[in-house]
Amino acid sequence: MRLSLGDKMMQRTIYLLLILMSVIMLYPFWNALVISFNEGSDTALGGVTLWPREYTLENYYIVFQDHRLLNSFFITILRTLSGTALSVFFTALLAYGMAKKTLLFRKQYMVFFMITMFFSGGLIPSYMLIRSLGMLDTFWVLVIPSIISVYNMIVIRTFFSALPDGLEESAKIDGCSNYGIFFRIVLPVSGPVLATIALFTAVGHWNDWFTGAIYITTDDLLPIQTLLRQIMNSNIMTEIGSSNAIALDHMNRNRTVTTKSLTMATMMIATIPIILTYPFLQKYFVKGVLIGSLKE
Amino acid sequence: MKAAVKPSVWKKLTNQLDLQSMVWPGIIFVAVFSYIPMYGVVMAFQQYDIFNGMMESPWVGFMNFRMFFEAPEFWNVMRNTIVISLLKLVITFPAPILLALMLNEVGNMAFKRFVQTVSYLPYFLSWVIVSGLVFSLLSVDNGTVNYLLERLNLSQEPVNFLAIPEYFWSILVSVNVWKEIGFGSIVYLAAIAGVDPAMYEAASIDGASRFKQIYLITLPSISPVIIIFMILAIGNLLSAGFEDILLLATNPILRPYSDVIDTYVYRVGILNARFSYATAVGLFKAVISVILLVTANKIARRADVSLW
Repeated sequence: MRLSLGDKMMQRTIYLLLILMSVIMLYPFWNALVISFNEGSDTALGGVTLWPREYTLENYYIVFQDHRLLNSFFITILRTLSGTALSVFFTALLAYGMAKKTLLFRKQYMVFFMITMFFSGGLIPSYMLIRSLGMLDTFWVLVIPSIISVYNMIVIRTFFSALPDGLEESAKIDGCSNYGIFFRIVLPVSGPVLATIALFTAVGHWNDWFTGAIYITTDDLLPIQTLLRQIMNSNIMTEIGSSNAIALDHMNRNRTVTTKSLTMATMMIATIPIILTYPFLQKYFVKGVLIGSLKE
Repeated sequence: MKAAVKPSVWKKLTNQLDLQSMVWPGIIFVAVFSYIPMYGVVMAFQQYDIFNGMMESPWVGFMNFRMFFEAPEFWNVMRNTIVISLLKLVITFPAPILLALMLNEVGNMAFKRFVQTVSYLPYFLSWVIVSGLVFSLLSVDNGTVNYLLERLNLSQEPVNFLAIPEYFWSILVSVNVWKEIGFGSIVYLAAIAGVDPAMYEAASIDGASRFKQIYLITLPSISPVIIIFMILAIGNLLSAGFEDILLLATNPILRPYSDVIDTYVYRVGILNARFSYATAVGLFKAVISVILLVTANKIARRADVSLW
């Protein structure tokens, strides 16, 4: 197809804008990475933009020495794994039931679930509930309240409904129960959609700081994002440093680490696991988002 | 009649107990974690007392609501909520559509994929990380933005961007666009891919420029998708933002421009422990949101698109 002059100009402009956008998208992250590898006192002089000026691993070295940080890293991994597994399992189980046209009260159940998508009790009543359940300051508060996601249920249900009927019918004739069909036939063929939901649930768990911020007060249960926020908020990175003698020693002797360089290193540690997974899962999540946005 | 129906429902139910038992755990979870808090909003009409609990606390009618309407913060909080929401509706909402339209004009597949991958990246960063990046970029002593301004001779001394209330709205909206634009574009790209290519051919034979084709074919074709997301956005109008504002506006000096209903509820409710008052404010927001959602849906129905 031949392009007119106007069309060509438009296309050039679009390429230019998209390149500019890509730079703006990447730069903040890249700059933080660079700073995390740059010597702290040198960073403080300013002008560290595209490349480390005084390359060092010291920031990471110190951050990895901090037991509080390692502990919350561990809590976050534990929470992400268990939270994702439980959530995907129970949501899929629910979605399977809801996908069955024969399910009694199906319509009523659906209304029951849909209402929660548009109306909620809000922050304070939720807090009171968690408190009266005795879940304040427990690991489970990070996992249990978010097990069922109505939105994800609808996505999975849409996928289940589209499965060919014959798939289940033959199993039924062979005397398979609904649970048998669910575990042995439906789950194994639903890999892509479950992977998508699992990815989003996992990202949600990994990135959530708010649950930790309101429901958890003891340090050894804090998820990494919550801890990171505390660090940034009060600039207590120096205090974190002082919790181990090595860092304090470093600071007093050569002053090569600063609040900023340590914060950047921590941020990278809290982000890189997510960044590493997503290019591999990109093709799945694009599909998943599309299933989710389909109208019923 | 009733007597005849009841046993059969009961029988049907017992016949599909295994199917029902798959749904019930989900129902119990939602009943506990969504419906009990909904019931908890009665606190808004009480003078909640921690020691007495909800059962024993005295009823006060609409007193908590009246307190909010008469509070010195009321107009400020409402103004910020509405302005920030509208800014997001006018800027953050159309941005992914614009990106999708631009990406659709890209012929080079490798380049297109690269831009898409890069634009999704920020969606996967938590707001904590994003706020950290923003603080770092805008920092007074060694942030890149001030460094550039200085090198280009645009400013004599470093600007403390996150301590100037008037700048907050623009920073907030820009950061939101940055975080959401790529991911939001996925749905629109798919909708554009579904448009019949024959329409473009016909238009280009008639001599329509690419720009005209976008305006006359692409946009009308994807308008149902746009309207659906618009309705949802309007339903969330009073949720001007929570995480983003809470994390970016750490400096109290910004409060006259940054405080919205949700951050106000958080501050007053959780940090100051005024449970009843904060619940009332939250309920006020929820009720208006539902009204907005229903209204938007009704209006959209005239264009034959609706959520339900």
